Amino acid sequence: MNNFEFTRPSSPQTAEDLRVEVRAFLSEALKDRTLAQQAQTWNGYDAAFSRSLGARGWLGMTWPKKYGGQERSALDRYVLIEELLAAGAPVSAHWFAERQTGPSILRFGTQEQREAFLPRIARGECYFCIGMSEPDSGSDLASVRTYAKRTDGGYVVNGTKLWTTNAHRSDYMCLYAKTDTKSEDRRGGASQFLVDMKTPGIKISPIPFLTGEHHFNEVAFVDVFLPDNALLGTEGQGWSQVTSELSFERSGPDRFLSSFAALIGMVQRAGPSPTPAQAAAIGRLVAHLAVLRQMSRSVAAMLEADLDPSLQAAMVKDLGAVLEQEIPDIARRVFPSRPGIGASDDLDATLAYLIQHAPSFSLRGGTREILRGIIARGAGLR
Amino acid sequence: MSKPENAVLDATERLFLERCGDEVLASANAGSWSGEFWDELAAFGLPMALVSEDQGGLGLSMGDAYGIAQLCGQFAVPLPVVETMLANWLLTLAGLPARDGPQCLLFEGLSVINPTGGRRLVGTCPTVPWGRNCAPVAWVQDAELSYVVALDKSQGEVAEGINIANEPRDALTIDADMTGQNVAVCAVDPALTERCAALRCVQMAGAMATIGEMSIAFAMEREQFGRPLAKFQAIQQSLAVLAEQVALASVAAQMASGAVSASSVQTLAIASAKARVGEAAGDVAATAHQVHGAIGFSEEYRLHYFTRRLWSWRDEFGNETSWFEQIGRAIAKAGPDRLWSELTEI
Ligand SMILES: Cc1cc2nc3c(=O)[nH]c(=O)nc-3n(C[C@H](O)[C@H](O)[C@H](O)COP(=O)(O)OP(=O)(O)OC[C@H]3O[C@@H](n4cnc5c(N)ncnc54)[C@H](O)[C@@H]3O)c2cc1C
Repeated sequence: MNNFEFTRPSSPQTAEDLRVEVRAFLSEALKDRTLAQQAQTWNGYDAAFSRSLGARGWLGMTWPKKYGGQERSALDRYVLIEELLAAGAPVSAHWFAERQTGPSILRFGTQEQREAFLPRIARGECYFCIGMSEPDSGSDLASVRTYAKRTDGGYVVNGTKLWTTNAHRSDYMCLYAKTDTKSEDRRGGASQFLVDMKTPGIKISPIPFLTGEHHFNEVAFVDVFLPDNALLGTEGQGWSQVTSELSFERSGPDRFLSSFAALIGMVQRAGPSPTPAQAAAIGRLVAHLAVLRQMSRSVAAMLEADLDPSLQAAMVKDLGAVLEQEIPDIARRVFPSRPGIGASDDLDATLAYLIQHAPSFSLRGGTREILRGIIARGAGLR
Repeated sequence: MSKPENAVLDATERLFLERCGDEVLASANAGSWSGEFWDELAAFGLPMALVSEDQGGLGLSMGDAYGIAQLCGQFAVPLPVVETMLANWLLTLAGLPARDGPQCLLFEGLSVINPTGGRRLVGTCPTVPWGRNCAPVAWVQDAELSYVVALDKSQGEVAEGINIANEPRDALTIDADMTGQNVAVCAVDPALTERCAALRCVQMAGAMATIGEMSIAFAMEREQFGRPLAKFQAIQQSLAVLAEQVALASVAAQMASGAVSASSVQTLAIASAKARVGEAAGDVAATAHQVHGAIGFSEEYRLHYFTRRLWSWRDEFGNETSWFEQIGRAIAKAGPDRLWSELTEI
């Protein structure tokens, strides 16, 4: 099972110095955020906050300076991200652009695209949504039907994207669509596009969460014209471009810190002299988090060393989702609470939020079953 | 594990591969002391792994010694290798000479009394690994000082016991003179509970690696309904979770070994690792047995050498709850505002 090796992570001094800086900034910037607001983590949307991170050089910090980056290591960025998430900072506005699309533009984009997008993403002024899922294509991404048909000077797109988080407040979409419907290979003939959301023919309709919140959307494309320079990377290479994004998407601290606010609430309730059962419950969650964090940092170190940790990343995400889903349930059993939306008690309000959001933790970004299938393939079982 | 010593780890692995086969495991399981195997390990120098080279040892770092512990778990080595390594480390820490033969550590249930005629070490230490076969090394505190006492095999009265894996875990009752050359004052707290917990954690990770490999290989080989078990999605999904747990155990083992140096230990890291791996141990054993079916439940098949050790080791030197409580109390004391910074320091 050598495929599954995790190298020992290390934290460079630059990262630890950054940690101190970030903590100081956040303790001031987030001082009025309630625990239940902190629980929103990367669902929390605040463009002004995103711009304030950009102003500090904390967005796209690993990118080349000429594209607005700071040329810092992935391990520095890791520290920044985990500090933001643990503090429950509202990072949703820039999240997909900074985490996913920016790195793809850097890797696959043209010079013109890099110059056009990266500095703005790094300033926290250019937001992306991700258009992959469709009504009939969820886990089976290869089955997408949205079709970008070649035409003079570009493409004409028809189709419908679904569950598109932040489509209604993003400047661009990173669209995944078929460019060749006759490809023999199911995964072939797909491409990625950088789509200006103001393009005529795009219709965005809200799809409220079960909580009533508006984050995701349906995005319909009717004869939408995209110029040639909207193509990201190589026509027909969409599948391999998208899968290369996934190690970045799957291994980060965002994959196990979603319920961290509930743990903070547990420690608040416990006070300095917890009962043995309370101490054991808190200690168990801390131990689980400590080990997962070590695994996740190891993936970051492997990415930094240009290794391919996609299996390890799938493991971190799956283990992380199990833990994130467990935390609110343990909290409510160990610290009897009356979860209620907007409850005055911190833990009650936080649990009301997390209990309702927990099902999404093992769906978004690859479902539990799909991740386990990837791991099984890595083990040689399929 | 640092580079230069990898030669020792490689050679140890080869030795275990050659010598620690089913025959040795079966005879240990039946209650025999694997004397020949011990002699080979001793000739190779493993009991003296942590003793410096000028004192006749291998001079390994703590990290590499944990590599050996990992291998001991991976091969279910039925001998007190890690215990003897640590006992010799403790002896030399206190300025006493290291010793060749198998040794065990006593650090629970003993006290110092001071009748006329001089100090004595008295008490009963429970569940001592291979107590019946070993010369004990005791660590004990009185009101002022802590001491290391090198005892002979004959100095303990043995009440035999075994753990779930048929490994000897004996109660040793001691009443020994503490005025001789075999006693030294120990200036630092050797944190033996933490060190032993870290070793068991690493051994468990080793055993889990073997269980993981056996389970995957078995699923690819065994056919039912005309195809290998590995082709059934239900089996794939449970083996994926098993692989995750094996991986997390190996990462936790890295944490535990990184938390131990010659001069200090980081208790919360060891606690997290031991308890997390202990929790995974039960799941790993259960999944492996489920995938193996009835053959895995037979004495003849080697899976149980590893699963029964997991069931034993998770309770040794602090089970999950006791370590979780210790972590929880430390975190509660630090308070909610320091929760995250405590966590990042583990
Ligand atoms: C909060 C949230 C935000 C999201 N944001 C976005 C976004 O911004 N952009 C975007 O493109 N998408 C987004 N998604 C969609 C997400 O990517 C999909 O939910 C996911 O890919 C699963 O697809 P599905 O929901 O259609 O479920 P399905 O694929 O229909 O799966 C339903 C169930 O069947 C299981 N299943 C499916 N195939 C198999 C198989 N082969 N073997 C075993 N079990 C299987 C799944 O694991 C799942 O349990 C978001 C989803 C959520 C919950």
